Amino acid sequence: MTDNFGKPRLCVDALTVGFGETIVQQDVSFKVAVGSIFAIMGASGSGKSTLLKAMIGLLRPAAGNIHIGEEDYWGASEERRGQIDRGFGVLFQSGALWSSMTVVENVALPLRMLSNLDDASIDSLSRIKLSLVGLGASGDAMPAELSGGMVKRAGLARALALDPAILFLDEPSSGLDPITGKRLDDLILELRDGFGMTVVLVSHELPSLFGICDDGIFLDADTKTAIAHGAPRALRDGCKHPTVYAFMHRENLASDPILPKETQ
Amino acid sequence: MALREPKLEPGNWKVAERGDTSVIALSGTWVARLMGVDGGAAQRVLGKKPHTITFESQTLGHWDSALIVFLSDLRDAAAATGVTFDQTGLPPDARRLLTLVSRTPAKARPKPTAPFVERVGIRTLSGCAELSKTNALIGQIVLRGGVAVTGQAATRASDVFCCMYDAGPAALAIVSVVNLLVGGILAFIAATELRKFGAELYVASLVGIGMVREMAALMTAIIMAGRTGGAYAANIAAMQGNEEIDALHSFGIPLFDYLIFPRILALTGMMPVLYAFGCAVGILGGLVVATVTLGMTTTSFLIETQHSLSGSQFTLGFMKSISFGILIAIVSCRVGLRAGRSASDVGKAATSAVVASIVGVIALDAIFDLCANVLDI
Repeated sequence: MTDNFGKPRLCVDALTVGFGETIVQQDVSFKVAVGSIFAIMGASGSGKSTLLKAMIGLLRPAAGNIHIGEEDYWGASEERRGQIDRGFGVLFQSGALWSSMTVVENVALPLRMLSNLDDASIDSLSRIKLSLVGLGASGDAMPAELSGGMVKRAGLARALALDPAILFLDEPSSGLDPITGKRLDDLILELRDGFGMTVVLVSHELPSLFGICDDGIFLDADTKTAIAHGAPRALRDGCKHPTVYAFMHRENLASDPILPKETQ
Repeated sequence: MALREPKLEPGNWKVAERGDTSVIALSGTWVARLMGVDGGAAQRVLGKKPHTITFESQTLGHWDSALIVFLSDLRDAAAATGVTFDQTGLPPDARRLLTLVSRTPAKARPKPTAPFVERVGIRTLSGCAELSKTNALIGQIVLRGGVAVTGQAATRASDVFCCMYDAGPAALAIVSVVNLLVGGILAFIAATELRKFGAELYVASLVGIGMVREMAALMTAIIMAGRTGGAYAANIAAMQGNEEIDALHSFGIPLFDYLIFPRILALTGMMPVLYAFGCAVGILGGLVVATVTLGMTTTSFLIETQHSLSGSQFTLGFMKSISFGILIAIVSCRVGLRAGRSASDVGKAATSAVVASIVGVIALDAIFDLCANVLDI
């Protein structure tokens, strides 16, 4: 399933994103190889989620472009962009499950709205996605009845509903205990290997970044651009940039104003 | 998994019998969104009662969860009938996903089917519990209200003014329009009947008494229940969802002081003002209709209105409007506080608050009218 490993599935070229006059990140470029798990790293407020929004069609970039395969995503018509979106699966930070539906109905809705499949097929496909993420017994529960880890897994099952080519994960393991977070990371790896998907992961959780990511980019909030490229483990071991070094080793920045002077 | 729809041979499977083994040859492209799931496949394979099922996947192309559903169903059916499921011929990735599925066997959650009597009992007990909580809230309002009146409550003046603006000036336009039209409608109804007896002059009495005793207070309350009561319930329910109420509890901030008292004060304070305004605008609506359709003069209409109205009728209307304001505020806050924590619960809370407030207002109005009738007001 990963025959094309190494070729770019997604190319981001000189992208600038922001809200109105406010620039959040500028001149960001990177390529995501087919079948890889690509990390968008950075401190809180560095614009990781904003960049992700531009990649999944929720925020038009101020400049630059994004290619999905060979196709210019933001240059395409709205209708074509909608078709491309069907190749995406997105897990939102809060899970974003539709609270008025059961878990299995959450997974079934994309299939119900975007395919001509019969009810039995939709139910089978939805339940197998839930089984894949370990929620086979919780399909009939309401989202409010789920724990934090279960919400993330249910969101992951919903993201898999249309068998996406690219899976976007926004802070998948944030807010979870280390064991649940590790299980979710393992699940992401197994699903990537099984289905051969490309995964773009936004995170600042170091264990997740070091554990499952093949490549990545580090966004800096001060310079508002990417300051390092590479696998998180490689950046941890080899990058000398003070911000990246402090992030990867959970250390305080020497210039941190909240530190007492003698420790600076 | 391709971004464009694959144009390859569609997914297929064929069974070949080799002794007591069924060999399933998988071929083509298996895309769930396009081909769906063949629910009877497992039965067709196992119908031949093989000892073992094996697979060949040399001609299998691109696949997704369609294949996993097919294999998972087959494996479950084989396990149920004691048939050996040999997955060595499957692609390694598919075997990996099948392992993932097998770790979590799907179990249908048994739905609780309590007997009818038990369900009635549960509903009754929950109704009693709700009544008890509402009574507790009313008790709290009385006790804390006394404290608040002496200025010792932790209520912020800015919250009260904000709620007052929302329940007062911001609602003036819609209250005016509705009462103007109601006044006009009363005049039309009266004109149609009273004209037959040559008693057109009494249109003014009917509009005046109708608006002052009944319609201005009732219509204003219904508008405020829909507009402000629904907003209160939705606002408090959304705060539940965001754990804002829990945060208030954690600091020991009295919910009554911070959330409920400003709303009750605002609605109770603004309702009589809106009522008075509604009366004036309603009588104006009646005046316009009476002058246009019956040819009455403005002076004769106003004099007749003045003669027909008394202080006790205004007092009744004012008391109604104050009571309606308190009722709407209490019901809306209570519904908001008992709401769940999901987005849909916010909508349900708003709807419940509006329905309960309107029903409550009409019931209370009926009680007022009954009392007024007995007291000959």
